[in-house]
Amino acid sequence: MGYGVRLKLSGERACFTRPEMKVERVSYDVITPSAARGILSAIHWKPAIAWRIDRIHVLNPIRFESIRRNEVGGKISPASVAKAIKAKSTAGLANYVDEDRQQRAATILRDVAYVIEAHFDLTAQAGADDSVGKHLDIFNRRARKGQCFQMPCMGVREFPADFSLLEEGAPLPGAHDSLRGERDLGWMLHDIDFERNMTPRFFRAQMVDGVIDVPPWHSEEVRA
Amino acid sequence: MTAIAHRYEFVYLFDITNGNPNGDPDAGNLPRLDPETNRGLVTDVCLKRKVRNFVSLDKEGAAGYAIYMQEKEILNNQHRKAYDAIDVKPEDKKLPRDKDKAREITAWMCANFFDIRSFGAVMTTGVNAGQVRGPIQMAFATSIDPVVPLEISITRMAVTTEKEAEAQSGDNRTMGRKHIIPYGLYRAHGFISAKLAERTGFSNEDLDLFWRALINMFEHDRSAARGEMAARKLIVFEHESAMGNAPAHVLFDAVKVQPARGDEAAAPRAYADYEVSIDRAAIPAGVTVRELI
Repeated sequence: MGYGVRLKLSGERACFTRPEMKVERVSYDVITPSAARGILSAIHWKPAIAWRIDRIHVLNPIRFESIRRNEVGGKISPASVAKAIKAKSTAGLANYVDEDRQQRAATILRDVAYVIEAHFDLTAQAGADDSVGKHLDIFNRRARKGQCFQMPCMGVREFPADFSLLEEGAPLPGAHDSLRGERDLGWMLHDIDFERNMTPRFFRAQMVDGVIDVPPWHSEEVRA
Repeated sequence: MTAIAHRYEFVYLFDITNGNPNGDPDAGNLPRLDPETNRGLVTDVCLKRKVRNFVSLDKEGAAGYAIYMQEKEILNNQHRKAYDAIDVKPEDKKLPRDKDKAREITAWMCANFFDIRSFGAVMTTGVNAGQVRGPIQMAFATSIDPVVPLEISITRMAVTTEKEAEAQSGDNRTMGRKHIIPYGLYRAHGFISAKLAERTGFSNEDLDLFWRALINMFEHDRSAARGEMAARKLIVFEHESAMGNAPAHVLFDAVKVQPARGDEAAAPRAYADYEVSIDRAAIPAGVTVRELI
C-alpha cells in the first residue's frame, strides 16, 4: 500500500467496549479497527475519503483496571424538545440526575500504545479536486504538527489519545516481550456498517507477536 | 453567538485538605485510587458536574444558560407528557426521519442549554445526528503523589429508631465513618476543539464562563464530605489556528509540578510543598500560554 499512513498512539487508559458487555463496560484486549478509524478521522476526514485499517501493532502489555461511576440512564426525547420549542421555554426540559442514576462499572485498559497502519479509499462523493495525494498530505501535515479536528480518544472521550506520525521509513517501535507468540483474541468488532442500518461486522482477531492483520472490510473473513 | 476560533488545552490543578474529592461507589465511598500507583483519581464527570452546578448558580436560568443534566429536583414529567406533542410520533424512538427537523431540534438544544453546547449530549438512540459532541473534553484528574485515604470514625449522639434506643438501653449513640485524604494535589487535563464548537455554537463568552467555573466552582461546592477544596492553577494553551499548532502532550509535558524543597520523601500537606513551573522554551510557536490562576 503505497499511500499508507502509520500513526503511533498512546494513552494512560482506554476502553474499547465489547458490544456484548456494554452496560457494565468491558473493554476488548486491544483497539478495534472501528476505534482506530475514529482516531484517524479525528485528525483528518472528508466525505470524499474512507479510512481503512490494515494492521494494528500492540506495543504494551495488556492490563486491565476497573472503575465504577455514577451515570444517567435516560436520553433526551425529540418529542419533548419539540414541545419545548413550541412553548418557547426550557422549563421542565431537563434530566434530573438523582432520579435517573445508574452506577456502572467499567473494566478498562491501562497504559496502552499502538501503531495503526492504514490507508484510505476515495468514495463516490469524491469530487474532481479530490486526489489521494492531497488528502494524504493534509493528514501527514496535521499528524506531524499535532493538529486535529478534535482530540482523538481511546474508545471513550474521557481517555484522550496522544498521537504522533511515524514517518515513512522510520522503524517500528518493538512490542513488549509479553506479547510474543500467537494469541487468539476471538471475535472482535471490525466496524459498524452504516450503509446497512448500522449492522456491526466482526472478524477473528489473531495477534502474532503483537501484530494484528485486519482483513479488508468486504472480505469473507468479516461477518455480520 | 460566534463560535470560538482557537483550539485550547488546559492544565487544571486543584487540591483537597482533609476531605474526599470523589468517592468510589465500588469501594464503600473511599476516595478513588489508582490501584497501581496509589495516586488519587477524580473522574471527568465529577468535574463536569461541578461546572454545571456553578453555571446554573451563576446564571440562574438566564436565557441560553439552562442546564440539561440537573441535580436534586423532581424528574420532569415533560418526558412523559411529550408524547402528546403533535409533530413527532411517540413510538419513533429515533430522531425524526426528516433531517431538517432533526437539525432544528439539535440546534435549539445547543442554543438553550449550556451543558449541551459545551459537553454534548445524547438525544435519542439510533441515528448519529441525535448526538451532540461538545467541544470540551476532559480526562481523569490524577494526584501528583500517592495519597493515603484515612478512615475516621465519628459518633452521633442520637439514634434513628426506637428499637435502636432500646437495644442500647438509653445510651443512644451510633458510630459512623468518614473517608478523607489528608492532602492531595490533583492535576486534570482538558481539550477544547474549535471545530466542534462551530457545530454547537460554543462562543467566547461561553469559554470565559467555563474558565470562571473552573476557577470558582469549589467555592460553591462545600460539604461535610469534601473538606477544603481549592482551584490552585489553571494554565491555558491557546493555539493560533483552529486545528491547533502543537500536539497536546507536548504542551502538557511543559507543565511540571515538583516538590518545592526537593524533599521527595516528606509527605506533602499543603500547596506550598509543591512548585509549579512552565517550561516556556518548550512551547512551540503559535501557542500562547495564559495562567488564569
